[in-house]
Amino acid sequence: MKRLFAIIAVLMFGAIFFGLVGGYSERQTRSPLAEYYLSQVPRELGAPNVVTGILITYRGFDTLGEVAVLFMVAASVGVLLANKSGDNAQVTNAASIDESEPSELVRTGAEVILPLIFLFGAYVIMNGHLSAGGGFQGGAVVASGVMLLMLASSATQLNHGFLSVTESLAGVLYVSIGILGIVFADGFLDSHILPLGTFGTLLSAGAIPLISALLGIKVGAELSVVIDRFRH
Amino acid sequence: MGLPVSQILLVTGFCLILIGLAGIFVHRNILRIIIGFSLIDTGIHVVMVATGYVTGGTAPIIDAALDKANAATNAVDPIPSALVVTAIVIGFSVTAIMLSFAIRLYDARKTLDIDAFTESKW
Repeated sequence: MKRLFAIIAVLMFGAIFFGLVGGYSERQTRSPLAEYYLSQVPRELGAPNVVTGILITYRGFDTLGEVAVLFMVAASVGVLLANKSGDNAQVTNAASIDESEPSELVRTGAEVILPLIFLFGAYVIMNGHLSAGGGFQGGAVVASGVMLLMLASSATQLNHGFLSVTESLAGVLYVSIGILGIVFADGFLDSHILPLGTFGTLLSAGAIPLISALLGIKVGAELSVVIDRFRH
Repeated sequence: MGLPVSQILLVTGFCLILIGLAGIFVHRNILRIIIGFSLIDTGIHVVMVATGYVTGGTAPIIDAALDKANAATNAVDPIPSALVVTAIVIGFSVTAIMLSFAIRLYDARKTLDIDAFTESKW
């Protein structure tokens, strides 16, 4: 009976979606807003990657909110899983080390690949304004490297104090850059506080690479903390 | 060159949403319900990116394939892409919170079967 209702509900959603797909015709033109972004981001902000320009400057306030959401998630995962890692941490830790010591393949592979993953993360973060990438994506790459490190050597302990100081510092610097934008440029998080530089080079597009790097550090640290919380 | 690209992407995204919905309805294990939620999430992202595609458009990044003057006429709509970056981060956050709640629920009852949690059922 329950299963029947489930099938009926899924079929009804399917009918709605079928109608949507059937009635959709591929777009031939861009909206005026999209055209504005496409022409103004390279010209005004000096960033070849239009999406990064939108995210970090035009919608910079949204990105700040997003970072705040991530921070709240890291904090609330910490609260939810806090007293688990307290009293029975030693028991579960010892048990997991005995049972599931990673194979030599994983350990050796991690030693070879880890530096490359972190390097790639830094590359993605720093090239966010030039090609596909940015702070969030690069931070996720770095956090995936941290996860591999945990899988490869289960005895690894993350230094939570260091990570939270780094993360808070990056957040404070991000907001101060935003306030500098009010003082020296046109508004909060305006990237014109630094010179635009040569179009298409690493250090160009005003404050966008700086904000990208701060975002990358912050997201990488936060995701690493979240992953570490789930380990115990 | 049969179907347009955005049509294929839309069908893929909607299929992912339907698979996720079916998974949420059918399975009783909390972890499988969370996986179903993640599938819905991914499907919505694919659908959103598909609606930003403009026929013949290229990625909105100025490089050898796209010069500054032609950006406004040759690139796809960058707004859905920017929106999806935000949506991915929020989806990750929601999944992380759900997983930590699942861990707490397992601690309380030593089971992940959703039928064991009847307090808030009406």
